[in-house]
Amino acid sequence: MKKYISQTTILITSILLCVAIKAHAQLNIVITEGVDNATPIAVVPFGWEGEGILPGELSDVINHDLRRSGRFNPMNMSQMPQFPRDISSVNYQSWVDKGINTIVVGKVKELGGDRFQIDFQLIDTQAGSQLEKSGQMLLDGQLVAGQSQLIAGRTLTVTGRDFRQFGHRISDIVYEKLTGQRGAFLTRIAYVAVRDRETVARPYQLVIADYDGENELALLSSKEPLMSPSWSPDGNKLAYVSFENGKPQIFIQDIYTMSRVKLTDFPGINGAPRFSPDGKKIAMVLSKDGNPDIYVMEIATRQLTRVTRHRAIDTEPSWAPNGKELVFSSERGGKPQIYRVNLETNRIKRLTFEGDMNLGGTITPDGTELVVVNRTNGNYHIARQNLNDGAMQVLTTTFLDESPSIAPNGSMIIYSTLHEGTQVLSLVSLDGRFKARLPGVAGQIKAPSWSPFLR
Amino acid sequence: MKTSTSLRSLLIAVPVMTLMACSSGPSEAELAAERNRVAAEQAAAQQAAEQANQEQVRLEAAQRLQQAQEIAEQERDELMSMQTVYFDFDRATIKADFYNVLDKHAAFLVKNMDQTIVIEGHTDSRGTPEYNIALGERRAQAVETYFLNAGVSASQISVVSFGEEKPAVTGTSEYAFAQSRRAVVVYK
Repeated sequence: MKKYISQTTILITSILLCVAIKAHAQLNIVITEGVDNATPIAVVPFGWEGEGILPGELSDVINHDLRRSGRFNPMNMSQMPQFPRDISSVNYQSWVDKGINTIVVGKVKELGGDRFQIDFQLIDTQAGSQLEKSGQMLLDGQLVAGQSQLIAGRTLTVTGRDFRQFGHRISDIVYEKLTGQRGAFLTRIAYVAVRDRETVARPYQLVIADYDGENELALLSSKEPLMSPSWSPDGNKLAYVSFENGKPQIFIQDIYTMSRVKLTDFPGINGAPRFSPDGKKIAMVLSKDGNPDIYVMEIATRQLTRVTRHRAIDTEPSWAPNGKELVFSSERGGKPQIYRVNLETNRIKRLTFEGDMNLGGTITPDGTELVVVNRTNGNYHIARQNLNDGAMQVLTTTFLDESPSIAPNGSMIIYSTLHEGTQVLSLVSLDGRFKARLPGVAGQIKAPSWSPFLR
Repeated sequence: MKTSTSLRSLLIAVPVMTLMACSSGPSEAELAAERNRVAAEQAAAQQAAEQANQEQVRLEAAQRLQQAQEIAEQERDELMSMQTVYFDFDRATIKADFYNVLDKHAAFLVKNMDQTIVIEGHTDSRGTPEYNIALGERRAQAVETYFLNAGVSASQISVVSFGEEKPAVTGTSEYAFAQSRRAVVVYK
């Protein structure tokens, strides 16, 4: 059952979170647009069978996850008609009357020794109501076979008290059951925070956090700029650029052991590292031969292959999900536009034509869309272009958008933008209907990178 | 006349010889010592004079060197106050306003081969960070090329682009943008 978090993963995560130094800023998501389009749902507060109060706020995490996905509009607790702990005590019609067709109920039982049993059920209230009406529901108080009102039900036995992680796991199951798309709630983001350069000795920080901004952890602080974090496909490492030696160099750092390796130290630009989908290579930009070109380095052997050779600027390589192509930005046609290069044939094709320029291209996980930073009439916005018909749609209305990074399930884009003079992270759904902001407390937040699925 | 001359010599010589014979005057050894002393003094004086002369030469040379260094430092200080070249939006072409400043740096670097510089390239915050790294490098390279054309040795110059990562002025005003689009000549 791949849905279940392995105990090892939980343990590793717990250890990491214990020894880690908390970064100062915490991100809090502010939804700015798109709740109206979302499907109503209710996450009933989970029951607690144990001493004291329920550790962690399981249902809060699930509520927030579902709301932040842009696909659901969870009901406020004060409006709920009842608080059932399992399917047997659900009054279906009372939920249907409130316009709620789907509810999540559950309970947590303390097993002792820091072990807990979490039971939860995802219930179709409309189906339940119809079954009730047709009188097939209960037979001597026992549920009859073929419970069509039960969409999903799980029992998880978990160790430890990282209830946020368990909440995200339940959210993943709920999301996948209801949308058909894999949930991306158990993911992380990496980004660069720049504190006040006047007063902070090491203002540049490389930070990782849960996708929702919780559990912030600074991996590295530096006097000199840090740039372009990029996740390895196993979610264990980050590649990034550090100017700590007075010039840009590419490093790879393990986020669990913190061990780091300097990968490149060529003259000129060493930039924009991106792990290949198989994790064996890194695409990068080097200007050692005079001007910025795209290269691919095999990590194990350090063997370098030059991909582009043009006197114009080539930069921002990004792997196609199949690992056989790269998209990149190039000025070879005048202003920067997105091109695609086949790594076997080295054939290059221009992909974007709309607007003054297009930069920072990334292909969605399903390979059908290209997400870019589009400049039209001097405004920089996140846009997507269908790779089949070439139709482009501008998704954002924020100011000076840059560095888009796509969630591993392709549902959401995280990017950096200016809000009231400060660089902050923002979210936009791939259809552009849901928008949210993750304002940092201190400093400028930039260069977000969404992790792969972490399990 | 001859007689009178000899007589006169005699007249002088006799009293002198008498004087020498009857007084306890300086001995021959003493006279030699005296002569040696005078000679040594003269030699020492001569040596001192020579030393003084050499010292003078050395001093003057040092002064000249110091002056040269001072001039170099002064020039450097002066150049430090004009180490920044500004660029137009999305451009890496050096504007004619800055030729004069860059010429001064170039002349100084040609004259002082021991001086080395780093040319930093910067951009404003518009556009993507990666593209701006490339644009910043282009700006720094434009300054490098200008110096090379003016005869500065390539070994005196290195180039680094910080893109949009180190704005001179933070914020999104036109002023902040304009101040940040720059190349900076930094003496090591």
